[in-house]
Amino acid sequence: MTPSTSQAKKKVAPIVAVNDFVVKFANVNGSGSASANALFAKSIFRMGVPTTPRNIFPSNIQGLPTWYEVRISEQGYTARRAGGVDIMVSVNPQSMADDVREVRPGGYFVYDNTRPLDIRLLRRDVNYLAIPLTEITNNNYSDARLRQLFKNVIYVGAMAAMLDIDMDILEQLIAEQFAGKKKLIEPNCNALRLGYDAAKNLHSCPIGLKVEKRDLIGNRILMSGNTACGLGAVYAGATVAAWYPITPSTSVAEAYEKYASSLRIDADTGRKNYVVIQAEDELAAMGMVIGASWNGARAFTATSGPGVSLMTEFLGLAYFAEVPAVLVNVQRAGPSTGMPTRTQQSDILSTVYASHGDTRHVVLIPSTPKECFDLTASAFDIAERLQTPVIVLTDLDIGMNDGLSEPLEWDDDRVYDRGKVLAADELDALDKFGRYLDVDGDAITARTLPGTHPEKGAFFTRGTSRDEYATYTEKGDAYERNMQRLLRKWHGASAYLPEPVVKGSGSAIGLIHFGTSAAAVYEAMDTLTENGMQTDSLQLLSVPFHDEVAEFIKQHETVFVVEQNRDAQMRTVLVNELEIDPAKLQSVLNYDGSPLAADTVCSQVQQALGNRQMVAGD
Amino acid sequence: MSYLKPNFRHPQLPKNGLDLTRSSYEGLISTLCAGCGHDSISAAVIQACWELDLEPHRIAKVSGIGCSSKSPTYFLNKSHGFNSVHGRMPSVATGANVANHELTYIGVSGDGDSASIGMGQFAHVVRRNLNMLYLVENNGCYGLTKGQDSATADEGSKSRTGNENPFENIDLVGVALEIGATFVARSFSGDKEQLVPLMKAAISHRGFALIDVISPCVTFNNHHGSTKSYDYTREHVQTGSIIDFVPPREEITAQYDAGESMQLDLHDGSSLSLQKAQPNHDPTSRRSATEALLDSRENNQILTGLIYIDAQEPDFHEVMQLNDAPLNSLQQDQLCPGNEKLRSINNVFR
Ligand SMILES: Cc1ncc(C[n+]2csc(CCOP(=O)(O)OP(=O)(O)O)c2C)c(N)n1
Ligand code: SF4
Ligand SMILES: [Mg+2]
Repeated sequence: MTPSTSQAKKKVAPIVAVNDFVVKFANVNGSGSASANALFAKSIFRMGVPTTPRNIFPSNIQGLPTWYEVRISEQGYTARRAGGVDIMVSVNPQSMADDVREVRPGGYFVYDNTRPLDIRLLRRDVNYLAIPLTEITNNNYSDARLRQLFKNVIYVGAMAAMLDIDMDILEQLIAEQFAGKKKLIEPNCNALRLGYDAAKNLHSCPIGLKVEKRDLIGNRILMSGNTACGLGAVYAGATVAAWYPITPSTSVAEAYEKYASSLRIDADTGRKNYVVIQAEDELAAMGMVIGASWNGARAFTATSGPGVSLMTEFLGLAYFAEVPAVLVNVQRAGPSTGMPTRTQQSDILSTVYASHGDTRHVVLIPSTPKECFDLTASAFDIAERLQTPVIVLTDLDIGMNDGLSEPLEWDDDRVYDRGKVLAADELDALDKFGRYLDVDGDAITARTLPGTHPEKGAFFTRGTSRDEYATYTEKGDAYERNMQRLLRKWHGASAYLPEPVVKGSGSAIGLIHFGTSAAAVYEAMDTLTENGMQTDSLQLLSVPFHDEVAEFIKQHETVFVVEQNRDAQMRTVLVNELEIDPAKLQSVLNYDGSPLAADTVCSQVQQALGNRQMVAGD
Repeated sequence: MSYLKPNFRHPQLPKNGLDLTRSSYEGLISTLCAGCGHDSISAAVIQACWELDLEPHRIAKVSGIGCSSKSPTYFLNKSHGFNSVHGRMPSVATGANVANHELTYIGVSGDGDSASIGMGQFAHVVRRNLNMLYLVENNGCYGLTKGQDSATADEGSKSRTGNENPFENIDLVGVALEIGATFVARSFSGDKEQLVPLMKAAISHRGFALIDVISPCVTFNNHHGSTKSYDYTREHVQTGSIIDFVPPREEITAQYDAGESMQLDLHDGSSLSLQKAQPNHDPTSRRSATEALLDSRENNQILTGLIYIDAQEPDFHEVMQLNDAPLNSLQQDQLCPGNEKLRSINNVFR
């Protein structure tokens, strides 16, 4: 089946749009396109127009197709837009057939006509824009590596002409990028100009799609969630990072190290006030975090689903022995290696209930880079306050892509909450120290750090049952008392957790969502409103849930839980934790590995409601 | 249930440099089987820490899971302890150590804990040269799960039911030598004379110090035919060297025949005076140590004593270039860069 026969045969008017379209670059993995593509996205951001870039890449280092999709949206929508792209920039012959198919009717296909286009790729409803990319590159550069690198900049130049992007901004960005290697600025600007001129000469520019300057960005930033998590850990005072490489979490530890290595060097000695340990595996990474936290340092690890699976024995120990630990789980499509470079929210159950025995873990779920920063920083306070593991649950979409975000902010008056840790003088004032004795009635007991007091406060931390004084016992009543206290602690935890964000009120339909589904849900709500369907929404930021969540469910006749997994895992947690009648919660699910789009939300909601009305009408 | 020596408290009980009697270094009553080698090792830990004048609360005990890993309950009651998960003590020790390098870390593991489930973590903590004493209480079996063969059981060693172990054994001393350990020793729970000075040296060594202690399991692996029984071990022990630990500021008084002895200085100012049993075994040479180990194996003997030492190699703290102030002592003003810095970071992302 070729596109020319399968897809629309009639001619369609070219799409005309200002500041509201999707551009997609089809590249070859490992060809150095990433920085050129980022340059493109950043230039539109600098023009004051909301821009959301996304990398779509295979599990491969070199050679396979990779894409970079940029949504430009004056309305400020940042979710992936379903239904094809408006302009495809084809730099990879390998994926050309698929790439042509993805263009919307009336859209544009930019291609390299150094070699003739296969006629089977022709669609009557697509506008073909030829640029002799390889020819320009070969005529101007003789070195193979330079050819490859500058080819990328040349197509950005061509796009600048076609979309009317401000060349001064692009040149400024290049100057910033090569501030440290000034002699690269000129050649890059030249390459940019080559592409720009070629497009101007060959086509009537701008084409139907156009970027116009606006002032819609304000002081927002374009940052990846992983960078924000790494920074959050630095700001929270984490001194120990132990990790094992795994996509899509690797850049969390890398970001932490990058910032720590400049912000955490002791001024007097030049030595490090932090340590990053690349562990032998995730078991060891979690063991190191637990050992360091037990000893009073703030410690964290970052991983993805397979790593969490390996950490579960330790998570059970930390839960039961009440040792703080912070873990960032950047989810990807599982099970097993699944689709390691695709996004999903499918570790909800394996995270909330990680480990054997009766365990429940505190989970924080950010939806923007700013929330990644804030919640990672809070995770350390919460973990030390509650003396338990706290898991920051993000995903590949937010973790590895640059997202539009409010700027990061740190309140200089904020004081770390180091929890109940007894100092030597406090121990002196005590008659008898009971490590697991609930003195304050909040189910949170005081701990001591090794080395604090010569005579008092030492205890044996273990996964084995013990009494209030940390003395080993397998008496059933002591065990039960302790497990009950842990449960009370869990139920009291929400007092320390970020509250859900509710939007709208009084509608019959409620949408519960979390993490990266937020952008798609908010956009879908606008569309549904336009179609005459009013909805309210609740964004979960943490587990265990606040009372507002049960309240929201009660107040709405129909509630949808929107999530990016097959098994409606958050719905299961809601049913389980809040004892909700399962019939009350319907699902909107997306789990094909691509980020959730508003369209998916709208169509599943409309379909579910349509079906129900039909049933009701029978 | 066995009891560590009941301590009769008497005003004339000997005191160490901190004015503490040995009882300040004791733990709870042991619940291990009477005669278990592990209890003798606990007694040696108590003795070594007492003799070294260590402040009990400045010691941290870490262990995995097993009868051996339980034993930290039975010594150093004033120290914090962490009985972690099976085979993963090295990672917990690593985290604890980077958080506060000023404490003394004593790790207790078993042969199952270190040579089977924990083989990976064992290898990596050796590579990192983490500053700690790492005791393997080696009984050739899984005591706590009722006596199955462990990976350190010798090929041909018989189980209680008479079955011969068909697999080659893993000798942690050999493994540690191969992957760069900086202090490698072997001893026998029944030889306190050797074990206590070795422990003192190991604790004083700055870096990873392994002592593989043959520690018979009287309940499951002390029968005829087992190569980890008391009898077999006594009959086959070959003492590699006799060491005398000399604390800082004390003079070396022991006199050994020239050529048969050597003096080794440790980082903290203490030193070891070492009497060689095998004249051609040089414990400062990895090659010579490896050869001595291979020779003893060929002769069906168990080489004990200080097998290898490198007192110069930087430890993990040094390699990672950590600050002297322990990480867990840093305060918010030293840790948090503040909002102004964050504002300039934001700017890079615009
Ligand atoms: C993950 C896990 N698997 C299995 C066990 C059961 N288990 C407890 S102790 C032990 C073996 C201990 O052997 P060793 O380390 O040699 O100690 P010993 O009891 O001989 O001193 C096993 C298999 C466990 N606790 N955890
Ligand atoms: S079973 Fe063996 S190892 Fe365990 S306590 Fe008894 S003698 Fe010691
Ligand atoms: Mg054993």
